[in-house]
Order: sequence, then structure tokens, then C-alpha cells
Amino acid sequence: MQEKDLLVTPLHEEHLKLKARMIPFDGFDMPVQYTSIIEEHSAVRKTVGIFDVSHMGEIELRGKDALPFADYLVTNSLMKMKDGDIKYSPLCYPHGGQVDDLFVYKVRDDFVLLVVNASPNYSVKDYDWIIKNRGDFEVDISNKSRDYGEVSVQGPDAIKLLEPLVKGDISLNELKRFKFIMGELFGKKILISRTGYTGEDGFEIYSFKSEDIIDIWQGLLKEGKKFGIKPCGLGARDTTRFEVCYWLYGNDIDETVNPLESGQGWTVKLDKKNFIGKDALLKIKEKGVSRKLVGLYIPQGGIPRSKMEVKKDGKKIGYVTSGNYCPSLKKVYAWAILDLPYTKKGGKVDIAIRNKEVEAEIVETPFFPPFNKR
Amino acid sequence: MTNKVIENLYYTKSDEWLKVEDAIGTVGITDYAQDQLGDIVYLEKIEKGKKLKQDETLTTIESVKAVSDIKTPVTGEVTEVNIKVIEDASIINKKPYGEGWIVKINIDNKDELKNLMNDKEYSEYRKE
Repeated sequence: MQEKDLLVTPLHEEHLKLKARMIPFDGFDMPVQYTSIIEEHSAVRKTVGIFDVSHMGEIELRGKDALPFADYLVTNSLMKMKDGDIKYSPLCYPHGGQVDDLFVYKVRDDFVLLVVNASPNYSVKDYDWIIKNRGDFEVDISNKSRDYGEVSVQGPDAIKLLEPLVKGDISLNELKRFKFIMGELFGKKILISRTGYTGEDGFEIYSFKSEDIIDIWQGLLKEGKKFGIKPCGLGARDTTRFEVCYWLYGNDIDETVNPLESGQGWTVKLDKKNFIGKDALLKIKEKGVSRKLVGLYIPQGGIPRSKMEVKKDGKKIGYVTSGNYCPSLKKVYAWAILDLPYTKKGGKVDIAIRNKEVEAEIVETPFFPPFNKR
Repeated sequence: MTNKVIENLYYTKSDEWLKVEDAIGTVGITDYAQDQLGDIVYLEKIEKGKKLKQDETLTTIESVKAVSDIKTPVTGEVTEVNIKVIEDASIINKKPYGEGWIVKINIDNKDELKNLMNDKEYSEYRKE
């Protein structure tokens, strides 16, 4: 049953028709699973899965300063982006903690699309932050989160399914990772990018009218039958991203975690002229971080969950940010932020799982390699 | 949602089933419980010889998305543990009433069975 005050995506009815199990997530009533998280996970790894990600937020920056403004907002360097390029970046507070992490789509010099995480009331948190920091930049900022629909089509067969169906200036076979094109699918205008959150090859498809995503969802489920396509919920979205160690805002990163300690350092360009958080991040870089996000392998004893304490000789040294059973490896792993002296590979720590302490070993990340590193 | 029930078993409000053969009770979780949990990936080890009162926590079960306690439907001593489900807890999803049984218990007091439901009562209890 839908809880009061939750938003719904344009595909809500489709989820109910498919008898999905629904949960509240970031202010939306979302499917967590349709049949089984492990089956859906496996479809993404072996064939193809489709996710409703219409809850994600889209914020358009338009005008002369669209690109320099975006470059000022985020830690990654955007000024050399070409039309059709995509970059991942943290969005930081002046103290270096994170407002969010997002994808920057450069449409043109005067049009940049920011794809942000869902938050209550159509990503108003990001939108308010961006508006607040406009300063003298000549840019129009509009929150289009309600207007865009979005599905994510992920897995080795995603290209085979979509290539014959999507009409655009180039074939999807020519579309490289982290690039996008405008196109048409089932007669609907779309933006399609070769991106995803699963560690598989895949595409994210945006419709500019939210209701257009319904035909796209239904059409892809029908056309995808020959590949064994499965609708996939937030459960499989979490297990697929976790195995390949993609950050989940709210778990692994938040306003208390800076990108230098979370392993997002490659996205922080301290040689950029100016950006929000630069001073704080420069200081942290000079001094060195005091803690780090590390991978943990748990041979036995349960599944670590977000916020559980990590200890060494009875002393608290950090906390779990994400933990789960990894279906591709059939093993249990966790991600934890630990005090620096305890972050060496091979080191042993204890995780307080309810009433007992369970041994864990610090290991390399990602736990499972993404498709292009296998 | 699925909620298959089996005749001649006893059921608890916390979704365990109990099969009684003389003084020995076999315990598992119901089809409804396994469906609610989703993909089960971990069952905490249980010591043979453990003595528990009715409704006390026997062990903990975890799925990809959830954690839940399994309670003992009757007072008694654990006489046997199903090693197969400790090694591969997903068996409980597939066969909650068969191969997915969890422990056998030496039942102390059969009067306690009065506190449990039969298949029809349980089916009604977990009706949507």
C-alpha cells in the first residue's frame, strides 16, 4: 500500500501491475523487487534489466554562463567538456562535505543538464543549493525533475536491444561510454546516454515529457522478451552498484564525508580556478585525510548494514556505510569509513553486528570488477 | 505475495511452523515469511543442546534486504540442526516446509501447542 505523502513516478501503475513490492525511497513510492533481487541482479549481469529511475532529479542550467556556473558548483573540471560529454562529480559544501553526487551532461555551451539524486519534493535540496549559489552568473536554473521520465537499461544485451530501436544521428554502436545523444524511441523524443550504475554496459534513457516514459518502458519490456529482459527494482540497483563499489549518496557519502576520504579524489580538481569547497579540500589534501572508505570482506557471521560500528581491540574506529551479500560473488562484503591507521589492506577489524562482533578483513575494491575490467 | 500453508502443522504469530511427531518438533519458517524476507542469504549458526522457552529467539535470518529473528514455537532443547540450510540458506526460499526446516526440538510440554494456530487459522491471520 502506498504511504501518505509519497510521490510516484509515471511508471507507478506499471509497477503495481507487475506486482512489485513497493517501499518508500527518497520521498517516492518505489519498487524494491518484482520477483527476486538475486534474479533481477543476475539478469543485469548476464542479459538485460530495466530500472525505473524517474525519481532521479534533472536540473537544467541555461544561458551564457551555464558551463562556468556548473564548473563552479562541482569539484570535477568541466570547462573542457565537449557537447555530448558526461562527467561524474561530487557537489560540495564549503567545508568539503557533500550536498550530493551528480552527473553533468553538456548539451551545448549554454545548456548543461545536471542529473542529481532523488530527494523529497523532486530533488528540491539540490535545486535550492544551486539557486542559493548563483551569484553573478548569467544562468537560468530550472528544476525539471517532475517533467523528465527516466529508465536505465543495463546488461550485456542492452546494446543489442536498443541499437535497432533508437533513431539518432549516430548508431548506439558508435556511442562511447559517458557520451549521450538526442534521439527517438517508439516515436518519443529522448536523450540517451551510455551510462549506468550497475558495472555493466548500458544506457540511461530520458524522456522530456514524463508520461512518454510509459510507452518506452512497455515497449522495451516487450521488445526485450527475446533477451529475457527483467524489470529490476531498487534492491538489484543496490546490489549491482555495491559489488562494483559505486557510491550511494546517503550511505557511503553525505555532508559529513569529503571526497578525498571516500575515494572520489580523482573527481576533485584542486588546480581549478575556483569552486565551492576548494579551500577546505585544499587544506584537507595538505594535511592528509584522517580516515578512509575501505572495502571489507566478511567470511562468516552475518551481513553488516549501514551505520554498524567497526572496532579494533574493542575501540570504535569507524562505521559501515554499505554492506551486503554480493550475488555475483556469493560472498558478504562491506564498505566502511575507518580511522587512517586501520586502513591497510589485509588488516583485521571487527564489525558489531547486533549483539556480536564479527571479524572482517580489509580488501581491495571493487569487490566485483565492472564489465570493462573483467 | 504467497502464503502456502500445510495441513497438520502448528503455526506461530511470528510466522514459524512446527511439525509434531511424538515428543519431537521440527521448526521452520512459513512460505509467507520467506516471501516477505525475499532472497535469504544467511542463517546464524545454532548450537545443538540449546534450551529455549516458547517464543524465545532461536536464531537470526537475513535476506538481501532484511533481518529477522526466528522464534521457537515451543519450550524445549534443540536436538538437531539442519546443516544444509546453515550452509545454503536460500533453500528456505525454495522449500520452506520441506528441505528448508531449521531445527528439531525436544518438546517439554505439549500444553503449549494450545497457544499455536492451525493451518486455517494461520492462513486467515496472514490474509491480505
